[in-house]
Amino acid sequence: MTGIVPVLITAFLASSVEVIEMVTIVVGVGATRGWRSTLLGAAAGFVVLAVVVAFFGLAVSAIPIGPLRLVIGALLLVFGLQWLRKGVVRVAARGFAGMQVEANQDTDVWTGTGVDWTAFVLSFKGVLLEGLEVAFIVVSVGATAGQLGVAVYGGAAALLVVGAVGAVLSRFVARIPRSFLQLVVGILLTTFGSFWATEGLGVSWPGGDVAILGLLAVYLLTAAINIAVERRGARQSRLTLNLSEVAR
Amino acid sequence: MMRLISWLVGFGRFWYRFIIGDDWTVAASVAIGLLVSALLNATQFPAWLVIPLVVIVMLRTSVQRSKRTQDHVSVRRAR
Repeated sequence: MTGIVPVLITAFLASSVEVIEMVTIVVGVGATRGWRSTLLGAAAGFVVLAVVVAFFGLAVSAIPIGPLRLVIGALLLVFGLQWLRKGVVRVAARGFAGMQVEANQDTDVWTGTGVDWTAFVLSFKGVLLEGLEVAFIVVSVGATAGQLGVAVYGGAAALLVVGAVGAVLSRFVARIPRSFLQLVVGILLTTFGSFWATEGLGVSWPGGDVAILGLLAVYLLTAAINIAVERRGARQSRLTLNLSEVAR
Repeated sequence: MMRLISWLVGFGRFWYRFIIGDDWTVAASVAIGLLVSALLNATQFPAWLVIPLVVIVMLRTSVQRSKRTQDHVSVRRAR
């Protein structure tokens, strides 16, 4: 049997990595599409997760996570790439000043009275997949060390600490202009989607979870290049138009 | 019965918008990229490269397609 402190720290740190991914998706989607449906989706994700964990118990690690990663990752990737494109086009058109779009002019902002299913599904999937991964970590660390109770505390502490940080950060995220936020959330969803979908196929990423940071950097650079190219194209078009008007 | 049909239509429409959106080539490219990754995974080729390459190429082509559509709409409105 391993000591309590190493098991607690291992379960906390390993779970924190997964919870950060979960909180990033929930905060990003909530700030972009609205909080009510996002939190409903997160709550539904936690309910399903609780039922799964209660039903399977220690056998939770026997659930085939690969197909789940593939399906959820592919959906996030497709949706994230569409948001990323919209973000690039809008930031390129409006620049970093005056990017705030009125909610009723923005087709990606939910203005209805019912549930925004897009926000619900994105948040639900993020919570369910990452929550299952936390459950796997807790069970494998706890069962291996013979300290399941301690590992559960480690996983729960990670959820509380990272969740609280996310709740504090969400106030600042709400102040970021919507088009820029859509660009950032698009990059994040595309990053997690690429990572999970590829991992779900059984492909190993060089560096494991650290590859997420590499993907993030590559997609940030790609978005920045696209914005620069689009802005230069728009400037040249304006110049050509002005010259043709002068020539008349 | 009508309520069930209306719900099914709404459900199908939601997933169509979620997956296909306004550019079907994005979803098609991701599906092909995942298929190629799965096939390459059995070889020595680093299969993890495929999806990032698909994202880089598709973002550029999708942005250009979106701009062409916007320009087309602007020209029609101007007429």
